[in-house]
Amino acid sequence: MESLIGLLVAAPLLGAAVLLLGGRRLDRAGHWFGLAMAAVSFVLAVALFFDLLDRAGEERTLHQHLFSWVPVADFRADVAFQLDQLSMTFVLLITGVGTLIHLYSVGYMEHDERRRRFFGYLNLFLGAMLLLVLADNYLLLYVGWEGVGLASFLLIGFWQHKPSAATAAKKAFVVNRVGDVGLSIAILLMFTTFGSFAFAEVLPNADSASEGTLTGIGLMLLLAACGKSAQVPLQSWLGDAMEGPTPVSALIHAATMVTAGVYLVVRSGAVFDAAPDAQTVVVVVGAVTLLFGAVVGCAKDDIKKALAGSTMSQIGYMMLAAGLGPIGYVFAIMHLVTHGFFKAGLFLGAGSVMHGMNDEVDMRRYGGLRTYMPVTFVTFGLAYLAIIGFPYLSGFFSKDEIIYAGFSKGGTEGWILGGVMLLGAALTAYYMTRIMLMTFFGEKRWQPDANGHEPHPHESPLTMTVPMMVLAGGAVAAGFVFDAGESFVHWLEPVTGLEHGDSPVSHGQVSIAATAVMVLGVAGAWFQYGRRPVPVVAPTGSLLTRAARRDLLQDDFNHAAFVQTGSYLTRGLVYLDHKLVDGVVNGTAASFGGLSGRLRRIQNGFARSYAVSMFGGAAVLVAVTLLMRAV
Amino acid sequence: MNPQNYLYLAALLFTLGASGVLLRRNAIVVFMCIELMLNAANLALVTFSRMHGNLDGQIMAFFVMVVAAAEVVVGLAIIVMVYRSRHSASVDDASLMKL
Repeated sequence: MESLIGLLVAAPLLGAAVLLLGGRRLDRAGHWFGLAMAAVSFVLAVALFFDLLDRAGEERTLHQHLFSWVPVADFRADVAFQLDQLSMTFVLLITGVGTLIHLYSVGYMEHDERRRRFFGYLNLFLGAMLLLVLADNYLLLYVGWEGVGLASFLLIGFWQHKPSAATAAKKAFVVNRVGDVGLSIAILLMFTTFGSFAFAEVLPNADSASEGTLTGIGLMLLLAACGKSAQVPLQSWLGDAMEGPTPVSALIHAATMVTAGVYLVVRSGAVFDAAPDAQTVVVVVGAVTLLFGAVVGCAKDDIKKALAGSTMSQIGYMMLAAGLGPIGYVFAIMHLVTHGFFKAGLFLGAGSVMHGMNDEVDMRRYGGLRTYMPVTFVTFGLAYLAIIGFPYLSGFFSKDEIIYAGFSKGGTEGWILGGVMLLGAALTAYYMTRIMLMTFFGEKRWQPDANGHEPHPHESPLTMTVPMMVLAGGAVAAGFVFDAGESFVHWLEPVTGLEHGDSPVSHGQVSIAATAVMVLGVAGAWFQYGRRPVPVVAPTGSLLTRAARRDLLQDDFNHAAFVQTGSYLTRGLVYLDHKLVDGVVNGTAASFGGLSGRLRRIQNGFARSYAVSMFGGAAVLVAVTLLMRAV
Repeated sequence: MNPQNYLYLAALLFTLGASGVLLRRNAIVVFMCIELMLNAANLALVTFSRMHGNLDGQIMAFFVMVVAAAEVVVGLAIIVMVYRSRHSASVDDASLMKL
């Protein structure tokens, strides 16, 4: 079975290679080939999953060694895969949701003449992400990590004829690079400390290193995770990434890319467990991002950007859970999987709405769409109920577990974390209800688009609605499946470990509190957007609203803190370079030039003046000789 | 006769030659002055040979004469060629350097 792992990764990469190198002759059927490669990958993943299920808990780790990549003396960096329960969970999510998104894209990108290229990039994205989660060492993980960065750059900027898309792609790439630097420093630190990159050698020996080193590694890993997972302070690329086609947003937000950071933190759990300071920072980052994303999500009128804020917030939950250590790892991953279902469903639903509305994204110009797009409405609605934590849907189970884990941290910290997460849950309910009400309820506020075409909302084709239905089914059912006999917890426990903290509140109380704040959030949104008509032009709003519409001034902050300082620094350096460095160089050259100009005059071409110098020299020599003899 | 007198004569001749080289412009005269200096040196060599009672100085003088003869052949040829092209035998006119 081990040999299937390589095939699993190879299939989408092969798809990418064929589609991108195959040229125009593949234009007509290329997308089906890309879909097939993703599906092959998914089938292999399912086969491997059942193989793992047949084994006992501790033996559920498969290794496949492909070849030695960098053999230098005793040091080895291998291209080798490791499939354990954690990787398996990710692989199923990536290939499963990925395949659905491929299918959806067949319909969504139907009229795009560069569809073949789009599927090539999608396959590349999938392959890179699989490489990332299946690598058995950090160096190979880094390859996948960079591959994901590249693919996201290509996909976000897919409509590169739009300057905004090209800029957004560059922004995502540059911000991600900041995180990548963190990962490379972390890997180098691991190498100097443990002499290896392999999970099998670094993680079990994590205790042997000093706490300072581990904190350093942990913080650098966190920086990397912040970049990929759009956590504060590297969150600014996520909103702009909505410039990409909607399936890309779904792929980035649900199955790939943003989950990579959570994977990295959970995978490196042993390092974080031994470095409590780094863990605290992870928790703080998660908590801040959770609120940050939620507040941004509440204010955006662009449906995709509102959902992007929501993703940021949900990943914040996962980060926070991952920062709690063994009491949270399992639930971070559980929320990641359920989030994969409902967020992919939400994005695909948003794409379906845009598809029917002439690519309009402003929710203030939607309204009353539920009768025109019944399938989209129902699937979007189920995913909506799942994300706000409606009782017994998937978000209810996973989010409550995280909130409970937060309380289990104990003491004041536990209360603060639990409170923050409950507040986040209320905000989640608020912004999701807002999206729901503005899009599907109320009166029609449709406007003709820039070319004067009236929108004619219609249900999307089957290739688009089927994935949405499957995802909605997953969003509803995943919670039951995971919760039944705590199957998910038992499945992941051998890899991540599991501890129970002593929580001041019981499970039941947390569920009741979470449901209560959810109802509050829904009611708040209904009072504002359901009870009275939604204005087509956004009201000015309070200071906070205006700030949140500008993504809480993240770009202004980055501009002031980094762009401005950077340009001042550059200007200063240029000045120094001109005045100091060039001054020294030019001054030296000028003085030598002047000196040689004067020395040149000795060579005047008159034989007799040369003779004088010869005689003079001879006289001097004689004089010196005589003097030396006298002394 | 005191051999030192020959040395005085050699010094006098050398000085004459040196001043001629430095002061005269005509290449032929400069050339003759160089010969004068060479021969002053020869005289000094022969005198020292005599004073020390060995033949080293005299052998050296023969070498100097051979070199001087060769030099005259080459030097005169150059002077003649320069005169043909520039219609002047002045050493100062032969300078083409830009200052």
